[in-house]
This record gives sequence, structure tokens and C-alpha cells, in this order.
Amino acid sequence: MRNSTKQIFILAYILALTLGSQVALGNNTLNVCKTCPYTSVKEAVAKAAAGDTIVVDGGTYQEHGIEINKPLAILGRNNPVIDSNFKGQILTVLSDNVTIQGLTLQNIATSYRHDDAAIRVVQRSNVRILNNTILNTYFGIYLQYSEGIVVKDNVVKGEKGDKAESSLGNAIHVYRTDEVEITGNTVQGHRDGIYLEVVKDSEVHHNTSQENQRYGLHFMFSNGNNYTYNTFRHNGAGVAVMYTDKVHMEHNTFENNWGAASYGLLLKDIRDSVIRNNIFRRNTTGIYMESSSRLDMQHNNFERNGWAIKLLTSSIDNTLKLNNFTGNSFDISTNGPSQLNHVENNYWEKYTGYDLDKDGVGDVPYRPVSLFSMLVERVPPSVMFMRSFMVDLLDNMEKVLPSIIPENLVDEKPLMSRVKHDSDRKLTQVVR
Amino acid sequence: MNKIIKYVLLDIIKSKIIIAYTLFLLLLSIGLFNLGGSPDKGILSLLNLVLLTVPLISIVFATTHFYNSYEFMELLVSQPINRTKIFMSEYLAVALSLSVAFLVGVGIPVAVFGAGLTGFYLVLTGVFITFIFVAMAFLASVITRDKAKGIGIALMLWFYFALIYDGIVLFILYAFGDYPLEYATLAMTVLNPVDLGRIIVLLNLDVSALMGYTGALYKSIFGSVWGITAAFGLLLLWALIPVLSSRRIFSRRDL
Amino acid sequence: MIAIENLHKSYGKLQVLRNVSVEFSPGKVVSIIGPNGAGKTTLSKCILGMVLPDSGEIKIDGQSVLGKHAYRSQIGYMPQIGRYPENMKIRQVIEMIRDIRKDAKEVDEELIGLYSLKEIDEKRMGALSGGTKQKVSAALAFMFNPRILILDEPTAGLDPIAAEILKSKILKEKKRGKLILITSHIMSEIEEVADEVLCLVDGSIKFYETIPDLKAHTQEERLSRAVAKIMNEGYHP
Repeated sequence: MRNSTKQIFILAYILALTLGSQVALGNNTLNVCKTCPYTSVKEAVAKAAAGDTIVVDGGTYQEHGIEINKPLAILGRNNPVIDSNFKGQILTVLSDNVTIQGLTLQNIATSYRHDDAAIRVVQRSNVRILNNTILNTYFGIYLQYSEGIVVKDNVVKGEKGDKAESSLGNAIHVYRTDEVEITGNTVQGHRDGIYLEVVKDSEVHHNTSQENQRYGLHFMFSNGNNYTYNTFRHNGAGVAVMYTDKVHMEHNTFENNWGAASYGLLLKDIRDSVIRNNIFRRNTTGIYMESSSRLDMQHNNFERNGWAIKLLTSSIDNTLKLNNFTGNSFDISTNGPSQLNHVENNYWEKYTGYDLDKDGVGDVPYRPVSLFSMLVERVPPSVMFMRSFMVDLLDNMEKVLPSIIPENLVDEKPLMSRVKHDSDRKLTQVVR
Repeated sequence: MNKIIKYVLLDIIKSKIIIAYTLFLLLLSIGLFNLGGSPDKGILSLLNLVLLTVPLISIVFATTHFYNSYEFMELLVSQPINRTKIFMSEYLAVALSLSVAFLVGVGIPVAVFGAGLTGFYLVLTGVFITFIFVAMAFLASVITRDKAKGIGIALMLWFYFALIYDGIVLFILYAFGDYPLEYATLAMTVLNPVDLGRIIVLLNLDVSALMGYTGALYKSIFGSVWGITAAFGLLLLWALIPVLSSRRIFSRRDL
Repeated sequence: MIAIENLHKSYGKLQVLRNVSVEFSPGKVVSIIGPNGAGKTTLSKCILGMVLPDSGEIKIDGQSVLGKHAYRSQIGYMPQIGRYPENMKIRQVIEMIRDIRKDAKEVDEELIGLYSLKEIDEKRMGALSGGTKQKVSAALAFMFNPRILILDEPTAGLDPIAAEILKSKILKEKKRGKLILITSHIMSEIEEVADEVLCLVDGSIKFYETIPDLKAHTQEERLSRAVAKIMNEGYHP
């Protein structure tokens, strides 16, 4: 049943491709299978004319070093597997207008000199990489100096085992490539799940990045990108983004990024960006912010993190509004006295104030930085005294008579109940 | 010895205080588990309660009991029984009855609400804390004959271990924050059974990973079988030292 | 039977017993008297091992008893104020002591019967009056037929009938060859039951004589006068 729908889909796709393709010169279909005219993909690619479609039928093909140097569509049917047997890269795209779909590519060894990947695109545009499964490779999909690439619905799974970070490659690695669309992929078991370096105007949506050795998502110098509806969980160090402006991160989930130096989201030198409607759940640190400014952080949920936000004093002029802070060991911690950020109208579960005029806004300010969190920031071993009665006592005293905690890091209008981000538009309107 | 324990136990169990203590713990535990939502959260709230009230009630109850049993011990001393036996019987009877109260009041809810291994550690810690603070109570009681003074010393001991000690250590940590203090902190927590108990439970809860780099360091120490055994061994030491020293004082003093 | 040699005891700076040496022989009732704080109770508690002397020796039948406990099976002790676990019933207390002294061959329940303790044996100790508690203490002291009895202010708090019962019990046991040490202030009572008087003043023995000797020395008919005379005049036998 499932197979037949898949076949229909592929046929329709071929039809669309052959009819709609402007650049296609040829429109022949070359079949690759054990009993077909072509028994290897490499052979078919060599014989194909630009614009042809190569249909690879089920079976395992021991191949590597296939160079696609003309516009082709390579489509898998009945789950064909191309196994490199650790001999090198499998597909290298050296032409524009290439589609690679429905293949399983596997077994590429760690190669420090070549950075071998299952699929590499070099200096090309309009390449579509769809529905492939990439298993046990060094790099998965490697895009460089290209533009207009679609990477969609692929599964990239590495076997990180207990390998060292340096012997692992990234699942989806993008370098100096613009207008990339990375959607619906599942990546795991690599060094970084999705790695972007100097990538502009790209979209990263609906991906799941988990159990990677280092970062679930890692980008730097990549301005103007959108990241929405992604899930990053159980990554060694969470998500790290650096040296970038104009980022939109919305509706993402950052969860279960545990460990000694693990972050839901690490922001370093990020400016003029939007972080909204995300969920940060059970991370050692929800968001770590260093030298980041003019960030608009609203409608996020911080649930059961060690530190919901570590806001270093080098971060200024950020806005924290209408976020929910529940069940975190520390809501906000900071490393120094002066903070010029706008914290307002958040819901803090730890807030114990009252609301006499019943407008939903607490009548006394809330100070999200506790004395103990300041102490832990200064002397990390003192975290051993977490939940000690003395600590609770000191925290409460400090809240009544603040002397050490930063005076201007305060929510003057804390909300009395949780912000329901979707249904509470009315309240949020009023509050705005 | 068993005979004496039996009679002292019988006496304690008949007094309403131990029943009230059991019910108090039971109500609080059930309440906290229901409020907390998840068993982990219940354990966390319960932890603070256990580390604050269990030492207080144990030490006050045991001290009062000791002074109230003074004439009874005199009666026994005039019988052909070793003093050490009398003392240890009193100690075991008090510690056991308080532990049973704790096991019923906290252990059963923990088991019912399915708190797992951490719950087990919490209950075990509570039992150890009970034995430790009863031992301290007995030490306070044999130091002075004056009941008011004895209860005063007991309360000071509780105050010191539950509150002041942490304050002093936090101050030291703050003052010497520029030095690497990981192992010094470890040593300082070992010097207070309440802190030791809190850390055993805390580090075996899920939240330990939320404590960052240092948390991970301590987790690697207390999370291992060896570490947890050593920690409970230290708690045992915390009970043995005051018990043995007060036993020594008791067998060499006038009644 | 009991030999005390050079006994010293002080509570801090306060010297309670100074070089006390005395011997008690069986078949006698010895009354220990003296002003408050003279060391009477301390002396009996030393014998019981409840108070540990600073120096000196206490021997029973030639055996040192210091630091030992088995010898106490030969001693019955009735404290000045008997306090018991409040929640235990009379029956349970008696059972408990019997339980502890299982090896006692003979059990003497005469006082239990005379004081009708069986009838109230379901009463809680905490609910008993001081006098009734004393009855229990007395009954326990005599119960195991000990060779030595130490009674600390035995009749204080007892009603006259109960006191009479106790006195006749003391005399009865004396006839059976026991040594009975009584601390008391009531001279008439001492005159009734005691053979000898040991007087302690400031921790030292003022005198230790039989009652007839004492009366002869002082040429007084009544014991109380005789004692008063010695105290006032500084008598040295």
C-alpha cells in the first residue's frame, strides 16, 4: 500500500519534472538495477544527458565518487542503498539544477583531509536534496559556496558512539551558501546537527536535531535567517549561535540539553534578533547570553531549567516580556551589578506578591536574580547548598531589602498567572 | 538488652507524641506529593521538610525523653544490669520509634507515590538523620543534668546544623571565592550531616544535571555506588561518634 | 558483709564524702542519719554503683564492686522518689523487673499482697499518687529476696498504715539475717527498727554506734535527744 503510493508520487514527480523543467535538454529515464541496462549509478550518470532522470531501483550498490556534472534527477525507488564501504564521498554535485531523492547513502569514514560527505554541493544553485536517508557517515550533507539549495525531509544519522568530537562531522554543514531551505530533516549522532557558517537569507524549519555530540544547531556570521518549529534535544551542548544579526527564532523547542556545559541556547554577539514563542525545557541553562543586545524575547516558556537565563552584564538593551518562568532552579542569574535590559510583564512562578486591584499584574516588583544565584555565579561550588534552609532564608531577606542583587534587573509588573501565548491575546494586547 | 528496649519502646509508642509525629509526617508527605504533581517535585519539597523538622523533632523529643526517663534509668541502674546496656537500649528504643514514625509517615507515601531510587535515598537519609540527632540529643543530655540546659544545648545543636553552619560555610565560600573550592566545599558538607543528607538526595534527583559544571562534578562523586556508600558511611559515623562518646560519659558519671 | 574503705567523693568543689571507712554486718538494720547534704544518699548510691567514688573501695563479701553490675542482684533498692515510665501499668513495671531478674530463685510477693497492688495493677504509673508509687518501690525492693536492702527515706509519703507494714517487713527481713540500710530523718522510726546508727556530718562519719550504746553514752532515754546532744556538744566516742 505504502509502496504503491510512493510509486505514484514518484511517477507524478517525474512527470512534473519532465514537463515543467525549462533547462532540461533531454527527458529520458535511465533505469538502474541489477538486471537493467545500467547496473551502477555511476554508469548511468556518465551516460545520461542533461535533464535526464535516473531511477535507481531497490538493492545495494557498492559505489563511491559519483560526480554529477550535468542537470539530473536521481530518484530512488524501493529504497535503494548506495554503500561507499568507507572508500570516500558518494555524491558530489558539480552542476546546477540537480535533484537527489529517495536514496539511502551509507558508510563514509572519517577523513580529516577531504571532509567526506554523503552528498556534497560545490558552487552550484537550485539543487534539491529530498527524502534521503544518510547513515553512518562523516559529514552528511555538505553545501559550500552555493545558493538556492533545498534540503528537505532527510534523515541523517551518525553513530557517534564514544568517538571524540574531532572525529565526527556535521550532519548538515552549510558554508558560504545563501538562500538555503532546510526543512523537516531529522539529524542525530553527529558533531553538530545543523551547522551554518556565513549563510544568509535562509530558512530552517521543522527539523529535529538530537543527540549530537556538540551542538544541535550551530551558526555564526549568518545574518537574516529564520529558525522556526525546530526541536533541539539531548545535544551535548545544546544550540550555539554567534556573531550574527537579524535572526528570527520562533516556535522552537530546546529541551533536555543536560550536562556540565550544556545550554538550551547559547547566544554570543547576537543583535537585533527575535526570539519568540520558544519552549526551553529541562536544560542546564535555558539561554546563555553574552554580549548580545537588542534582542526581542517574548512569549517563551522556561520550564524546569537549572538556570532559565544567564544574562551576562555584557548584554544590554534586551527585552524580556510575557515569558513564563516555571520550575527553574534559578530564573535569571548575572555576573555583575549593572544591567540595562527591559524585563516586564513576565509570569514568574516563584513570585509571591499580591494583586489587590485584580488587574492581573502583581503590585510589588519581582526580582528574578536571587542572592544565591549571584553567589553561585561567583563561587560555583556553593551550588552544593542549593535548597539549604539558610539559602532560602538569605534569598528572602535579600528580596525584601536588596543590597547585593542588581537593583535595576527587576520586573516591575509581574503577571499573576501564566501567559497562555495563543489564547491570551486580549491580555497581551492590554499589557502592550 | 532486648527486654529493656521492648519496655522503653512500649512506653514511647503509648505516648501520644510519637503518634502525632507520625500523622504530621503522613499528612505533610501526602499533601506535598499531591501538590507537587510529579514524584520528583514531591521529593524536593519533602526534602526540605525532612531536613528541617526531622532533626528538630528528633533532638527535642529525645532530649525530653532522656530527662523524663532519668528515674527509670536509676531504677534500672539499681538492678543487676550493665549501664552501657541501659544506655544503648534507651538510645535504640528512641531512635527506632522515631524511625518507625518516619518510615510510616514518609516512607509509605514515598513508596505509594512511586518515587523510585531517589525516594529510597530520601527515606534512608531521614532514618540516618533521626539516628544522628537522637545521638546528639543523648550527648546533650549526658553533658548536663539540668533539663532546661540540656534542651537548650539540644536546640543549639539543631540550630547550628540546620542553619548556622550553612551560613558560616557560605560566608567562607564568599570570602575565599577566588580560590578553587570544589573539594573544600565537599569537605565542608561532609562536616554537617544535614548537608550531607541533602546532597545525597539532591544529586540523585533529576535536577542534579541542572546544577551545571560543579553539580556534574559532585554528581560524579555522589552518583557512583562507591560515593553513595561512602556518604551513608559518613552518616553512620555521624551517628556513631556522639552515641559512643555519650555512652562513655554515661557509664562514667553519677546518677 | 559490706566493707567501705577510705571513700572519697566530690561533686566539683563540693566534698560530699571524706575518707569514709565503715563495715556493715548481716542481720542488722543500720540507719544512716545526718543533716541535709551530709552525704547519706551519696553513700548509698555509691554502694549501688549509681555514684562513682573518686577514690576508695567498696567490697561486698570481700569482692570489690566498683565498675561491676552483677552484684546488684543481691541488693534491693527503694529510692526516695520512685519515678517510672508514665505509660506503663503497675503490672507491667513489676513484670518488667521480674523479666530483668529472671534468675532470682525466690520471689517475695508479700508486700504486693499487703499493699493490695494486685487490685490496682492496671493503673498507669503516671496516674498514681506519690504514696502509691512508694508502695510499688517498696514491693520491688523486697521482691527478689535480696541479702542487702537499701531504703532511702522509705516511709516519707507513705500513709501510717503502709508505713507500719513496711516497718514490720523490715524487722521480719532482719530476722532472716539481712543487712538493711535506711536513710531517714524520723528518729522515732529509727528507734523502732534500727539496731545501729551511722551519723554523717559534712561527708565524714560523726559516729557509728548501736542505739543502746548511744543512749548509754549520752545518758538519754530517747534517741532524738541523744543525737541532738552529740550534735550540739561535739561528742567523740
